[in-house]
This record gives sequence, C-alpha cells and structure tokens, in this order.
Amino acid sequence: MAAVLESLLREEVSVAAVVRWIACSTQGSKDNPGEAAALSSLQPLRKEFVPFLLNFLREQSSRVLPQGPPTPAKAPGASTALPGRPGGPPRGSRGARSQLFPPTEALSTAAESPVARRGGRRRVPGPVRERGGRSLEEGVSGESLPGAGSRRLRGSGSPCRPSLTVSDPPNLSNLEEFPPVGSVPPGPTGRTKPSRRINPTPVSEERSLSKPKTCFTSPPISCVPSSQPSALDTRPWGLGLPPGCRSLQEEREMLRKERSKQLQQSPTPTCPTPELGSPLPSRTGGLTDEPADPARVSSRQRLELVALVYSSCIAENLVPNLFLELFFVFQLLTARRMMTAKDNDFELSPGALDNLESPLFQSIHDCVFFAVQVLECHFQVLSNLDKGTLKLLAENERLLCFSPALQGRLRAAYEGSVAKVSLVMPPSAQAVSFQPETDNRANFSTDRAFHTFKKQRDVFYEVLREWEDHHEEPGWDFEKGLGSRIRAMMGQLSAACSHSHFVRLFQKQLLQMCQSPGGAGGTVLGEAPDVLSMLGADKLGRLWRLQERLVTPQSSGGPCPPPTFPGCQGFFRDFILSASSFQFNQHLMDSLSLKIRELNGLALPQHEPSDEDGESDVDWQGERRQFAVVLLSLRLLAKFLGFVAFLPYRGPEPPPTGELQDSILALRSQVPPVLDVRTLLQQGLQARRAVLTVPWLVEFLSFADHVVPLLDYYRGIFTLLLRLHRSLVLSQDNEGKMCFLNKLLLLAVLGWLFQIPTVPEDLFFLEEGPSDAFEMDTVAPEHGLDSVPVVDQQLLYTCCPYIGELRKLLALWVSGSSGRSGGFVRKITPTTTTTTTSSSLGTQPPQTSQGLQAQLAQAFFHNQPPSLRRTVEFVAERIGSNCVKHIKATLVADLVRQAESLLQEQLLTQGEEVGDPAQLLEILYSRLCPHGAQALALGREFCQRKSPGAVRALLPEETPAAVLSSAENIAVGLATEKACAWLSANITALIRREVKAAVSRTLRAQGPEPAARGERRGCSGA
Amino acid sequence: MILTKAQYDEIAQCLVSVPPTRQSLRKLKQRFPSQSQATLLSIFSQEYQKHIKRTHAKHHTSEAIESYYQRYLNGVVKNGAAPVLLDLANEVDYAPSLMARLILERFLQEHEETPPSKSVINSMLRDPSQIPDGVLANQVYQCIVNDCCYGPLVDCIKHAIGHEHEVLLRDMLLEKNLSFLDEDQLRAKGYDKTPDFILQVPVVMLCPLAVEGHIIHWIESKASFGDECSHHAYLHDQFWSYWNRFGPGLVIYWYGFIQELDCNRERGILLKACFPTNIVTLCHSVA
Repeated sequence: MAAVLESLLREEVSVAAVVRWIACSTQGSKDNPGEAAALSSLQPLRKEFVPFLLNFLREQSSRVLPQGPPTPAKAPGASTALPGRPGGPPRGSRGARSQLFPPTEALSTAAESPVARRGGRRRVPGPVRERGGRSLEEGVSGESLPGAGSRRLRGSGSPCRPSLTVSDPPNLSNLEEFPPVGSVPPGPTGRTKPSRRINPTPVSEERSLSKPKTCFTSPPISCVPSSQPSALDTRPWGLGLPPGCRSLQEEREMLRKERSKQLQQSPTPTCPTPELGSPLPSRTGGLTDEPADPARVSSRQRLELVALVYSSCIAENLVPNLFLELFFVFQLLTARRMMTAKDNDFELSPGALDNLESPLFQSIHDCVFFAVQVLECHFQVLSNLDKGTLKLLAENERLLCFSPALQGRLRAAYEGSVAKVSLVMPPSAQAVSFQPETDNRANFSTDRAFHTFKKQRDVFYEVLREWEDHHEEPGWDFEKGLGSRIRAMMGQLSAACSHSHFVRLFQKQLLQMCQSPGGAGGTVLGEAPDVLSMLGADKLGRLWRLQERLVTPQSSGGPCPPPTFPGCQGFFRDFILSASSFQFNQHLMDSLSLKIRELNGLALPQHEPSDEDGESDVDWQGERRQFAVVLLSLRLLAKFLGFVAFLPYRGPEPPPTGELQDSILALRSQVPPVLDVRTLLQQGLQARRAVLTVPWLVEFLSFADHVVPLLDYYRGIFTLLLRLHRSLVLSQDNEGKMCFLNKLLLLAVLGWLFQIPTVPEDLFFLEEGPSDAFEMDTVAPEHGLDSVPVVDQQLLYTCCPYIGELRKLLALWVSGSSGRSGGFVRKITPTTTTTTTSSSLGTQPPQTSQGLQAQLAQAFFHNQPPSLRRTVEFVAERIGSNCVKHIKATLVADLVRQAESLLQEQLLTQGEEVGDPAQLLEILYSRLCPHGAQALALGREFCQRKSPGAVRALLPEETPAAVLSSAENIAVGLATEKACAWLSANITALIRREVKAAVSRTLRAQGPEPAARGERRGCSGA
Repeated sequence: MILTKAQYDEIAQCLVSVPPTRQSLRKLKQRFPSQSQATLLSIFSQEYQKHIKRTHAKHHTSEAIESYYQRYLNGVVKNGAAPVLLDLANEVDYAPSLMARLILERFLQEHEETPPSKSVINSMLRDPSQIPDGVLANQVYQCIVNDCCYGPLVDCIKHAIGHEHEVLLRDMLLEKNLSFLDEDQLRAKGYDKTPDFILQVPVVMLCPLAVEGHIIHWIESKASFGDECSHHAYLHDQFWSYWNRFGPGLVIYWYGFIQELDCNRERGILLKACFPTNIVTLCHSVA
C-alpha cells in the first residue's frame, strides 16, 4: 500500500490517477499508460489504500495528538493500548468495537515502520474510529463505557478530570507535564513560550468578529461542564494569569499535589498506575501552544501531495465518515504542540522526502499546513457549517497565517450565514389530549376495559411526572423507582384492544415530548408544522436557546457518538425495558411501523418550480418546516422501532463466530423483518426521496445487533446505502439531482452509521465500488424530494448534533490560545441577562402579550381535534400565498403602470435624450418603491377579509361559535404573518424587478426612432 | 383566605382541643377574627373529620356498640324527650349523626329479621319519621340537626354550597364571554374524567408576582378550604387526571387553601381562592 503513496510522492503517478485508481475498479488512467502500469501492479491492494491512508495519517499525527493511538516507539507492549470508543449504550454492546481488534494486530502493524505490510484483514476503523470523539468528549459518557472504561481515572473522584487513554494517563506528578503553575515549563527542547502568550493581546484584529459581551455563538457554555474539562482543567493556564491570582495558583498547586498523592496511593484497578516520572506523551492541553509558521513547514511538496490525495478521497466519499475526517483535520489545525519525544530515530536523511520513512508531520507547522491544505479543498462543506463554527474558523489565526485566502472566504461565509443553530429541545411535557372520537367509551369493548384504560392513562402520567422529578437525582434508578408500578399497570392490560389504546398513547406522548425540532414542540405528527413558531414566537425560541446555554444540553459523545436516548427519550426507553412486556412490544412495533409507513409515504408538498417569480417562496418556509417535522418524527419512531425490534438479539457478548454464527444466521435469515425497510429504501431511492427515507433508516439500523449486517436482507440494504454514499459527491452539482445540504445530511448520517460498532468494519471498504453503477435508472419523477432544498442548517445540526463537535474543538483552541481563557463563564452572564430582560422575560406588555398569544394559539389546538389545526393551517397557507399574488396583481401592477406613464412623460419631455437607462430606473425606483409600504396594509386587509370565510366553509357546521371565531382569528394571524413576512422582505425587490422589466420593455418597444413613441404610448398603457 | 402553612397549623392546633359545637366555632371566630367564617368552618369541619377518621374504629367495636346501645336504652327509659343520644355522642366524642346511625343499625338488627340494607338506613336517617320507633326517631332527629359536620343535613348543605359556587363560576365565565363545556356536556360526550368546566378556547391567567402566565384549559370549583389532606386526594383522583387529558388548568378553592400547596403551577395546576381577574384571552387581532 505504501508503495502507492511512495510512488505518488516520487511523482511517478499523479494524484488524479491515484484517486481514479482507488475509486474505480476499472483501469482508469487512459491518458497515461505509465501511471496505469505503475498502479495496475498494485491492483489487488486497491481496496486497502484508503484504510491505509487514513491509518497512516493518524499514526503520523500521533505525536501531535498523543491521545490518539500510541505511536510505536512510545507505548511498547501497552497491552491495553487499544482504546475503545467513547461512550456506549447502556447495555454494553459498545465495548465490542475494540475487541474486534486484537491488540496484537494493531500493534504489530504499528510497531513496524508505517510501511509495514498490511497483510490480512487489518482494517482502518481501528484508529479511525477510535479517533472519534477522543479528545473532547470522553468525560461525558459517564457510566456507559463498558469496554473502554479502563480509560477513565475514576479513582480520585474528581468529576472534572481529563479522561485519557490507558496508554496515556496524565502523570500528574510529572513536573514536566504538569509543572507548578507559573513556572516556566521546562520545554523539552527548551522552547520559549510564544510571545503571544506573554504579552496579553486582548483581542487581535482577526478576532474582530467577536464581541465578547454580546456574541451568542462563541464558545458555548455547553462545552464547559462536560466536554471541556479534559483539557481545561488540568491545563495550567496560569501562565497568563495576572499577578493578583497568586492565591488561586497556590490552591491549584495544593490540589495538584493532593491529586498526585491520591493517585499514588490508590491506583484504580482499571487504570494501570502510570510509571512515575517516565516520559509520557504530553497531551493536547499542553503548556503552551506552539506557534505555527508557514515559513517553517518542512516538506511542503510532500504535504501538499498527501493532502491532495486525502482531500480527493474525502471528496469522492471514499472515506467512511466525512465529518470524522474534518474533525481530524481540525485537530491537526488546533494541535497545541508537537511532542518531542525521544524518538529521534527519525533522522531526516537527505532524500527521505520521497519515501515514508521520515515522519510526515515533523512539526506543528507541518500539521497546520496540511490541515489548511485539506480545508481549502473543502470550503464548500465548511461554508455550510453553523455560524459559530464559521466564526471560530474565520478567526483562527493559524488559518489566517497559512491561507489568508481561505480565511477571507470563510469570513465572507460567516457574514453571509444567517441561521444560528440551536439544538435545544424545548420543554414540552404536555399530555396527549383526550379526544372523544378515539378515547370515549364507544371505542372500548367493555366498561371494564374503558375504566382500566382510564386508570392506566393516569398511572402512565404519574410515572412520567415522577421520572421528570427524579431522574436527574444521583442515586435514582428507573427500575427501582418505577419498575414494579409499570409492570403492575401493564399487567392490567388484558384485552388486546386496550394494548393498542395504550400504545397509541405511548407513541403520541413520545412524539410530543421528543421530536420537537428546536421549535415549539408539542406537535403531533403528520398533523402540523409548528404553529408557535409560525406565530413568530421568536421570544420563546430565544428563551429556549438561553436555556440551552444555561443547562448543559445532552452532550453528544464526540464526532461519532453511539446511538443514545437523550433527554426524555430515556424515559421511553426505560419504560419499554421495565415493562418488559411481550405484548406491549409487539403492539408498539406494529404501531411504530404503521406510523413510519404513513409518514414516509406522506406526499410532502412539492416545491413547484417557481412560476415565473419568487412568490412561491411564500410557501417555502412552511414546507421546509413540515419536512423537518416529518423527518424528525420518522427518525424518532424508527429509532424506537429499531430499539424494540432488535432488543431480543442484542447483548453485551461479542458477536458470534464460526459455526455458531452460521446457525444463528440460518435461524435469523428466515425471520421476516419487522418492517420491510429494504423495499421502503428502494422505493425511496427510486422516487428520489432518499433525503427523507435514509435518515430514519439509519436510525433504525443503528440499533441492529451484530448479526443483522450479515443477513442477506440487510446486507442488501447496506449495499444500497454504500452505493448511495459513494454517489453523493458534494462537488458535483448535477442539476435537478440533489441539493447540497440534502447530500450533506445524508453523508453525515451514513458516515455516522458506518461507525456504529455493530456495523462490520470491512463493510465499507470491502464493498465493491459502485463505479458509476448507482444510477437510479428507473423513471424517476421529475422533481423528487431530493432535489428540493428541504434540509437547512438547523435540521442538519438537529439530526447530527455531533457536527457541533467541530465547533467545540475550535472553541477549545480559542479558550486556550488567546489569553481569554476565562471567557467561557464570563461571557455568558451579561449576554443572557440583557437579552432576556429586554425580550423574553420582560414584563413589557407588548412583548409579553405577543408571547402569550402565541402560547394561547398553541394551546388552543391542544384539545381540539387534529383536523381543526390542519384546516386552519391550510387556510393560512393558501390565503397567505394568494395575498402575495393579489398584491402583485394590484399594487405592483399599478406601480408598473405608473412607471410606464412616468417613463412616457420623461421621454416626451426629454425628447431623444432618454439618458442613461440605469439612471432613469433609479429615478423611477425612488419614486415608486416607497409605495411598496402600502403592501403590508393591503396584505393585512386581504388576509383579514379572506381567511374567516374560508375557515368557516371548511369547519363543521357544529363547531362552537367560540372555537370557530378563535380558529378564524388564528388563521387570519397566520396568513397575515406569512404574507407580511414575505412582502416586507421582498416587495421592494419585486417592484424593482417589475418596473425594470416594464421599462426595458417600453424602451425596447420604443425602438431607436422616437417617431414611434406616440403610438406605443397607448399600447403600453393598456 | 390563602393561608401559609404556619397560619393554618395554628388554627388546626386550636381546634384539637374544642368540641365540635357551634359555640366552639364562635370562639374560633373570635380567636382568628381576620379569617372569614366560611374558611374557619371549612377548616373546622375538615379537622373534625380527620379526628373522627382517627377514632372511628374504636366506636365500632361490638363492645362499644353494645355499651352505647344499653346507655341509650337506659337513657330513653328515664326520659324519652331528653337528648340522650346527642349527649352520649358528645360525651364519647363521636359525631352525633354517626352515633345515630350506629344505634339505628343496632336497633334494626334487634327488631327486624334481616339485617337492614345501607340504603334503608340512609333513607331513615334522611327522614327519621320512617323509623318504626317514635322515640328513636326523635333521638336521631336531634342528632342530625345538631351535627354540623356529618349527616344528611350537612351533606345537603355542602352539596348546595358546592352547586352554588359552580353556578357562580358559570356566571362569571359567561360574563367574561368564555365559552365552555360543563360536566354534564362532557359526560354526554363520553369523557372519562370530567372537570367542572372545560374552556373551549383556553385562556392565560396572569399572576401578580409571576413573570409568566398560565394556560388554563379547565376549571374545577371546590367550595371548601384546600388543606393538605384533601388537596392531595383531589390531586390524585381529579386534578392530575384532568391534566393528563386536557392539559393545564385551574382549581378554585373558594374558602382558601394553604399557600404552599400551590406548587404545581409550572406543571400546570394553578390554585386560586377566587375567580382570577387578570385573564388574557386569544386576541381578536392576532397579527
């Protein structure tokens, strides 16, 4: 494998040829037979190239990111050197990943030179996967680290300790690594501290985007408690401390001594006592950040080449997980300092550049250079990251230093970025409302069943409330606290019909509590997009964002966290487990399957290619929101379906092998799938609805057990998914196929799926490349959902919170590098107080009442039949849209007529000197555009006039008067808001466009000869 | 009318020592002049009921019953017109109506072949003239009219008061132009749990010191004082059940409640001692 890389480095083959070679099984390079020959001899190894490259990069970087896999020289014989993945599902199936890699194998490859033959089935995911989440999130996973638990230093009991790999525990008593605060670190090479750290430069110019007091996107507080400590806590930032902090430093010093004492006294069983004083790799949270200097990059050409190959692999989706690679690159970008360990055996021999004997990254400069090279190739992806990440990137001084051009583009992207991404789940523990149509006595076979269910509903909520009250308490245990009550309740469900009633309640409550997409929650699915946000409950949103920053959100465990049940989902999972009722599970699967089918098949309003101009934008937001709601619900339902369906097959034990596996396969292969997901996937792909189907399917599959991917049925699914993955080349902007963010979402979820431990490692790399086989040859609908920009940034981040890890990484860098280390906490307070008092919590009547009205509208629908809500929203949608059309046909048309007559006047008075058309237009604009302001008033009037009648016509005659009038009012409000939002944003542009068109029409018609004017005047006026 | 726990405890403490008579109530009124008569009466009645519940069993042993019956017989033999049964009840610290029931049961057992059914007894208590024995009828009557906490008369009064407040509440809702479904309508529609009123269009109640308003979907009227015991029972049997079906709502304890019990506001059960004045309705011009 290395041969390929080497011949590349020797410039025997071009990067393009190599990438072609990797990507296609067919001999690619026709243009250069020499290249083809060089590569064709290596043909059998083709599949192993990418794994090799990825491993190679990780190994090379291990000196910079020492928390990664140990480098050969440094951890000889560390038998536990294979760190598991961070975090894991509660039942411990997670540990299996690391067991899949017999330590010896990894070590043997690692122990030899990187060129070592990679015989057998050495696969990439080891290091690649392990890298996932390594540096940031380890502390988060809490109890769920069965396989990898050994990495945690539980012994000394401090909650904020960095967690480490076994091979790399912090040696707290090592003065070199953890010198007394304030002392000059005895840097191994006697390196002086970078001057930037000594002279406090409070805010560099490049950080001008930060307004420390008001910025909302800077390092989120969420980073602090759980994820950051690993680096923050023990890092003696004290270097930059003002002299006044003496006592604090002393305290820290004492703490450190105390800790190291404890460490020596009570080594935890899971953690081998570090050999005191032995030179251990230092950690990212090192003392000083080495400054990176483009001038000191050691072998540019080589780095450029590797970066190019690497970038190409990423771009071609030859790597399993795009964001994992980005995470890795970000790690390189923000590497703090190169470890200068004793391995000077890598003497840089002259001419070593063309082979792999010498380390690729010889200094921080190399790392940063490489990282920036890669990032430059992926600007498009970067530009779609959230605003906070963009800001941090744009402000990264290393990036500026190495590529001012990229920095400039990122900065522009930041400034152009609109959406702030908030992952918060608003609290919405509302109960499912009682609907007489489905819940009254007539729906039950006997009085007894009716009354039993009445009691069950109450017990269910009682249990839920108790869970809400207690689940965060330290010693509380779901099973102990509620288990018996749940089972007693389930025991009363005798009639099958009661089961289905209860499951319906359960599922509705699940959707209600867990699916809310950053919006106002509470929506029962298929039923409506979110009214609250439609009503402009901006205030509430802000309040929730604030809350998100104050209470730590459920942290995702690194860039590839295992599937989890965050927040309220935990209740439903534990309920299922505690109930341990076969009947319940069966009914639940039935019900979930049905709902999934229903939502998956929902005819999502397709974005009609806009009729002549942009007024279909009006419908736009609503559609996108509806898509988000449907998608998130599907994902939630599919996750629970997967959880329940594979529950009987999952266990902590390692996957079966040999004969046992065969017999299990024989057994399992004849069990029909709980839901025919393969067909749904095929249909989804054919109908170009992958963007809807794949994300939920991934959720479903993420709970599969080890055997599942081996079954023919599911293997077929994985093959389809792999082909899809490969086909989603981001740089290809093929018209009418798939939108960028849609692709990005699919890449993110698929990449995540490929990292799930139960998915075999070889699956990704052994699967035959699709070449270009992934053509959905069937008659695809003209405009599938895939080609509609339904995914926005908010949805992307909601579905893939782990993308936020990138931001955390950058934030961590900022916190350590710019001398405002304390910034995390400090910044929060003023921001929150000001924004809240002025907007959300304030008692100023207008704002409060607006929020109340939004709340009321939301509440209004709660106890009404779902059809009422659908009707109101439909009316609002249509009337809002019609309103814009109406304004166009009246007000705008009038203005155009005025423009035309003004133009005529102008032409008459000025004679032949019509003057500069542009100037003319400006004059017209300035006269006419102010009239656009009327649009809002007219629009409001239109909605007020039209909506009530429509609502009245569509609702049942028997609707109570009060309900009717409220529904009418809400419809008016929604329609008005919709129309006015569009009008206020677009009316001026619309007028300008129309006037411009009219003017150019007139001028053209006018022709060169003024003689024709008189006649035309009449025409144009008509 | 909304009492702190401490204030409430003081009153309850005071009640432990006094007998359940109208005189005691007057004294209580003097002792706590700032509290309304109705509140005091309601607390008084609740405390007395707790007391009776605690001691109920000891009056129902067969020995006790036998001894009460003998004393009654002896008493009426001496003077049939004297309030023998009432005095006996007061003497042994038991509710007169309950004492009357006890004796009536004992009496009927002796004089009828079959043990009397509950409904027969209830009906005789409601209308003592049905009691075959004139003397006993008179005694029972005295007990019932002099009991201010138990008995058909008190039940009747309580029911009337409860109904009265529901009517008052209904008038207020109508006056505020809030449209609602009442208990009977809900029952007709097959609801399994029925609060007094469900608002067809929810409202928000603003509380003086609170920042946020509370959405109200339903209103339950309670013509009593909300003490811990009764509130918890109501929560379990009614209020949470309403919440589980209709969302957040309002409970009005017309005779006040213990302030500390109003702790589920955020969850969606708001307590008030009167019809709230600061109500926000869905505006007619939302935009």
